[in-house]
Amino acid sequence: MVFDINKIREDFPILKRKVNGNNFIYFDNAATSQKPNLVIDSIVDYYRNYNSNIHRGVHTVSQEATDAYEGARIKIQNHFNVKNSYEIILTSGTTHSINLVANGFLDILNEKDEIIISGLEHHSNIVPWQMMAKKNGAKIKVIPINENGELDMKVFNSILNKNTKLVFVNHVSNALGTVNPIKKIIQKAHKVNAAVLIDGAQASAHFKTDLQELDVDFYTTSAHKLCGPTGIGMLFGKEKWLKKMPPYQGGGEMISDVTFEKTTYAELPHKFEAGTPNVSGAIAFGFALDYLNKLGFDNIEEYESSLLKYATNKLKNISGLKIYGEAKQKTSVISFNVNGIHAYDIGTLLDKFGIAVRTGQHCAQPIMDHFGISGTVRVSLTFYNTKEEIDKLYNSLKQAISMLR
Amino acid sequence: MYEHMIELGKSIQLIDPKNKIDSNLIKGCQSKLWLFAELKNGKMIYSADSEAIITKGIAAVLLRAFSNQTPLDVLNADLTYIDEIGLKEHLSPTRANGLVSMIKQMKYYALAYSNK
Repeated sequence: MVFDINKIREDFPILKRKVNGNNFIYFDNAATSQKPNLVIDSIVDYYRNYNSNIHRGVHTVSQEATDAYEGARIKIQNHFNVKNSYEIILTSGTTHSINLVANGFLDILNEKDEIIISGLEHHSNIVPWQMMAKKNGAKIKVIPINENGELDMKVFNSILNKNTKLVFVNHVSNALGTVNPIKKIIQKAHKVNAAVLIDGAQASAHFKTDLQELDVDFYTTSAHKLCGPTGIGMLFGKEKWLKKMPPYQGGGEMISDVTFEKTTYAELPHKFEAGTPNVSGAIAFGFALDYLNKLGFDNIEEYESSLLKYATNKLKNISGLKIYGEAKQKTSVISFNVNGIHAYDIGTLLDKFGIAVRTGQHCAQPIMDHFGISGTVRVSLTFYNTKEEIDKLYNSLKQAISMLR
Repeated sequence: MYEHMIELGKSIQLIDPKNKIDSNLIKGCQSKLWLFAELKNGKMIYSADSEAIITKGIAAVLLRAFSNQTPLDVLNADLTYIDEIGLKEHLSPTRANGLVSMIKQMKYYALAYSNK
C-alpha cells in the first residue's frame, strides 16, 4: 500500500486550522494524538443512532450498544493477539489501569517482597506503586538510566532476585522516545517468578505488539495516544493474575449477587468494570485500531523512522542544541534544549509560529533529575506530520533562538 | 508582544543572589520565578528573576507598575490595568496563573510591610 501523506492528512480535520495566523503544526503527539473522521464520526453515530445502557437491557437498542461495546473489546483482543477476550479490561486509560493493578497487589505483597521500577517511568507508573508500597511495606528498587537514556541492564540483572515480585517498565519512554528491551526483561523476571507490567501507552501508536508472544503479565494502553478519544484505555492481564486480584471499584456491573449480608463478584472482565462504562469511547477505540491497521503499522513505522532521521539531522545543525536520549532504538520523539535558553521560552515562541510542542518535565521528574535539567522541549512526531513541517520547525527555532539570545 | 517581553526580560533589575532561594519561589510557574520585596523609605521595592526570559519580561512589567509605591498603594492597586495592556489575553491560562500568583505575592508583601 502506498503511503499517501496528503490523503492521510485529509482524514484529520484539525490539521487544516490556523494558529496565530500560521498553519497549525502539531508536534505534541506524545501528549495526545489527533483524531481521524472515522473515529469522530463513530462517536457521533453512537449518540445519534444507538445510544443505550449496555449489558442488562432487554430492548433492541441496548443490545446494539452492547454488541458494539463488546465488539470493541474483541477488536482490542485481536489487535494485541490476546488469548481470551476476558483478559482485556476496558478502563479509563493507562493511569486507571495501573492503579487497578496496584490496588490488586496491595494485600498480595508484604515487606519481604521487592518491586523494581525503571528510571524512565512516567509518574503514572511510579506513584501508584509508591502508594501501595507505603501501605504494604514492599521495597522499591530502581533500574538506573545511562547517558543515552537507556536502561542499565547490568544493574537490572543485579537487583533482580528471588524476592522480586513485580517489575514495571514502559515499552517506550514518553520523555525520550527510548524503546526498552521488554522481551528480555520479561524473560529474566519470569526466571525468578516475578510478574511484569509494561506501560504501553506510548508504544501502541507506533507499532503493533503481540502480547502472547511477549508473554507479559500486564500491558496497558490509552486510546487517546493512538487516534482514539480520551477517557478510555485497556488493561491486559493474564487470567491467573486477574483472578487473584480483588476488584478495584465496587458498584453495579461488577457484581454477581448483592445482599446486605454478603456480595459476590462477577466473572472476568466485568469484575473490574464497575458502573456504566465509556461506551462511545470503547467503540471509537475500536475504530481507531481499524484506522491504524488499514494504514498498516509497517508503513507507519517506516514513515515515522524517516521523519525522525530527517528531524534529528536538521536539529543537530543548530549550534548549542542538545538532544537527550539517543537510544539505539527510538520512536519519533526528540527531547532537546538549547544552550543558555529555557525550554519554556522556546515553546512559547514556537507557539507564536503555530507550532505545538511540549515543554517541561513531561511527568518524568526522575529522568530530568538524572540529566540535571529542569525540563526539555519535546517534539513528538507521528504519521500525519511532514518533512515540510519539520523544515518550518527548523526555521522557526532559529528565529526564536536569535530573539532570545 | 513577545519581542517586547523579551527586551524587558533582558533588562530587568536582577534579584540579589542571596534572595534567590526556594522560599522566594512563586508557585504556579513552569519556569522558576523568584520574587523578593523590601521596604525602603516607606516605598515597596520589588526585585525578581526567572530562568525563562519571557517570564522575566512579564515580571518586569509588574515590577514597573508596583515598585516604588507605598504598601497601601500596592494593596489598593487596580488590576484591570493588566487586562487593558492586553497582558492577560495574550497569555495562556497557565501563564496567567503564574501572573496572578505573582501579583498575589506582591500584595502579601505589601500587607506585611504596611504594618511596619
